[in-house]
Amino acid sequence: MFAFFSRRLVQAVLVMLVISVIAFSIQDNLGDPLRELVGQSVSEAERQSLRNQMGLNDPFFVQYWRFFKKALLGDLGTSYFFKRPALDVILDKLPATLELVFGTTLIVILFSVPIGVFAAIYPKQWFLRLVMGMSIIGISIPVFLTAIMSIYIFSVELGWLPSFGRGETVELYGWTVGFLTRDGLMHLILPCTALSSIMLPLFIRLIRAEMMEVLESEYIRFAWAKGLTRRRIWFLHALKNTLLPVITVGGLQIGTLIAFTILTETVFQWPGMGFLFLEAVNRVDTPLIVAYLIVVGLIFVIANTIVDLIYGLVNPTVRLARSHPEGE
Amino acid sequence: MSIINCKSFFGCNGFKRIFSLLVGGFIALMLTTAVNAKTLRMAYDADPVSLDPHEQLSGGTLQLSHMIFDPLLRWNQDLGFDPRLAEKWERVDEKTVRFHLRKGVKFHSGNEMTALDVRWTFDRLKKSPDFKGIFAPFESLNVVNKHTIELVTKEPYPLVLHTATYIFPMDRKFYDGYDAKGRSKDAIVKHGDAFASFNASGTGPYIITKREQGVRVDFRRFADYWDKQSPGNVDQIVFTPIKQGPTRVAALLSGDVDFIAPVPPADLARIDRDANVDLVTMSGTRIITFQLNQKRRPELKDKRVRQAIVYAVNNAGIVKKIMRGFGTAAAQQSPKGYLGYDPSLKPRYDLAKAKRLMKEAGYENGFSATMMAPNNRYVNDDKIAEAVVVMLAKIKIKISLKTMPKAQYWPKFDERAADIMMIGWHSDTEDSSNFTEFLLHTPDESTGYGQYNSGNYSNARVDKLVVLNQKETDPTKRKAMLQEIERILHDEAAFVPLHWQDRAWAARKGVDIAPILNVMNFPYLGDLKMN
Repeated sequence: MFAFFSRRLVQAVLVMLVISVIAFSIQDNLGDPLRELVGQSVSEAERQSLRNQMGLNDPFFVQYWRFFKKALLGDLGTSYFFKRPALDVILDKLPATLELVFGTTLIVILFSVPIGVFAAIYPKQWFLRLVMGMSIIGISIPVFLTAIMSIYIFSVELGWLPSFGRGETVELYGWTVGFLTRDGLMHLILPCTALSSIMLPLFIRLIRAEMMEVLESEYIRFAWAKGLTRRRIWFLHALKNTLLPVITVGGLQIGTLIAFTILTETVFQWPGMGFLFLEAVNRVDTPLIVAYLIVVGLIFVIANTIVDLIYGLVNPTVRLARSHPEGE
Repeated sequence: MSIINCKSFFGCNGFKRIFSLLVGGFIALMLTTAVNAKTLRMAYDADPVSLDPHEQLSGGTLQLSHMIFDPLLRWNQDLGFDPRLAEKWERVDEKTVRFHLRKGVKFHSGNEMTALDVRWTFDRLKKSPDFKGIFAPFESLNVVNKHTIELVTKEPYPLVLHTATYIFPMDRKFYDGYDAKGRSKDAIVKHGDAFASFNASGTGPYIITKREQGVRVDFRRFADYWDKQSPGNVDQIVFTPIKQGPTRVAALLSGDVDFIAPVPPADLARIDRDANVDLVTMSGTRIITFQLNQKRRPELKDKRVRQAIVYAVNNAGIVKKIMRGFGTAAAQQSPKGYLGYDPSLKPRYDLAKAKRLMKEAGYENGFSATMMAPNNRYVNDDKIAEAVVVMLAKIKIKISLKTMPKAQYWPKFDERAADIMMIGWHSDTEDSSNFTEFLLHTPDESTGYGQYNSGNYSNARVDKLVVLNQKETDPTKRKAMLQEIERILHDEAAFVPLHWQDRAWAARKGVDIAPILNVMNFPYLGDLKMN
């Protein structure tokens, strides 16, 4: 276990190092941050002197080395727009994004598993066939369209749900939490549903396909022959094996989920990291862009580590500490 | 209030009705205690960058300044001046204007506003990288007595009052001394935290009570506000930035906010139709143009080719089809109401004439050119550029167009990276001269004139008039000069005029926004009345 974690740690450091170099080298193509900091009539000479002051005219390696030294001490730079340490700004927005991701994951798990399983067991049932048909539509419509349509239906026309923002939040161990108040929950419904509109159909189809395959396998037939109850066969023996590939895909999809939070948060004016990132790109807030990419890189590594751990729990034949479990 | 209203969607039963009556009564009881406290919930596309009024010269900064500070005088809807912290003013000699300050005005900190605060503010403006350009013509601000000041210019200067709208007196004592980290509290810092970026004390109608950057800003009305005559009755303002146009509109239509700006052109018709919402539009002052680079493309040196291009561009059509009427087709830089506006100059779309001019110039078979435009800076900027490409194809000018986000566009613009480049301009001084100074004066690094003249247009008479008009204090003579500039630029087809972008605001019924809005887009929220 120790070897596993230390390998992951090295991996994380490497990932973040590579990301920081890439982020740093593309920043010249993002535009000129000075333009966003000064008014239109400020003279070129004035802008140059500011640029010198901020060290933006230094060669790439000088700038990177300066960043690197500070980064080792946990300082990822100061956001131009927020005028605060970039890492602090991102950590402030992290709870909102995690809440969105958590809510979405909950919706996906709660709906995809039962629907997928039953769609495999009763492939001809009309309701489940309808759901499968609709899942195709869900996959095909872009998230921002789903989001805007749902705002118009549920906020403007019906007036049931709030149209934007996070609503009332409470402070909990230094984190702001929205799902403890009624207002906060109401604000979560639309963004989470919109975000899950991509993931949910995917998982329903995946679970259905896997389950159908498992139901055809030898050991399930053997279980039938043995006279086990239907529930035991479906929900214990078959489901467990169905979930293995689902967990793998789920781990990979966390990346997609984070990418889609950028769109969802923008449409709903959700005060999270994704919206922050998009705004940072628009404003050429380079320190914030670099810090965001590094933090997201870290989230990826952590998420993958967790997935590997869960995988080990579900499938005892996988041993994390060894690199070639099947070889030994 | 969706709990009380019984939607026909569900149908009503007796219990529900009693329940909703009870809940409604309870809520009404709770509301009566706070019925006089009026809260305005408003949403703009962005929130203010900083609380320091001198940090960045932008619309957002000035909008905020009008909430927490007050200027010496301010623009009214007819482009005249209304007295604010200066009660009256008079010209002493051709270089000096005297201002009489209002007495008994308090800052949010409780300090009294005096002439010394105004001088302190003026000196700080002269140090601000963004504002020092506007204040360059000024020699000094002299304190005559506690409530009288004099603004002295280096040369006779016609725009003293225009510039005085930028003087928002700051609380000198509040910004005096050092913060916890030992840094001077009055420092103007563009990046990194500074006292003035996060703390403010002005004389304005509102005080910021809470600010979460990028999420919301809460304001409370200043109890000791000097303007007791103000009709404004809003006690609290909750300001939320909503970036996406459709979401902003949805927030208004669903009743989550009371007041939004800007309104995206695509939603104008919808908002206009809605019975619960009021829409206010005004013809704007930002001119959108294309500049024709004579240095990169020799064909564009020929006046007839430039004229042909202007004749080929159907800018009225662009306003109608692409802007959906949300703009005014232009034939000059100055919008109506500005001193230099010449009513005789009219948009001149005439394709046959354009073809004739191309033939006369010897380019019957056209030529190729490159074009660049931003795609997120002006309303529909990329679509306008695409339309112009099609229009120019009709006089056989083959354009290869590249559009990009503004962050990447401005460095390209500085490089003069294409033959035809789009630029929009709003005059910081609300005066005609500013357009030509920046856009069409011969580029001159020492004076900064022509900084945005990517076309390299140069006309000695225009240059001379730009310098002369800035020393002319007689409005009639100045008007003649500024109109002459517009006529020369028009005749020479110095640039391709497209349109002035309209402005639009919307609010729910009962929020009376029309009297507080103006073409500068500084809503005077202190005077807002709502029920």
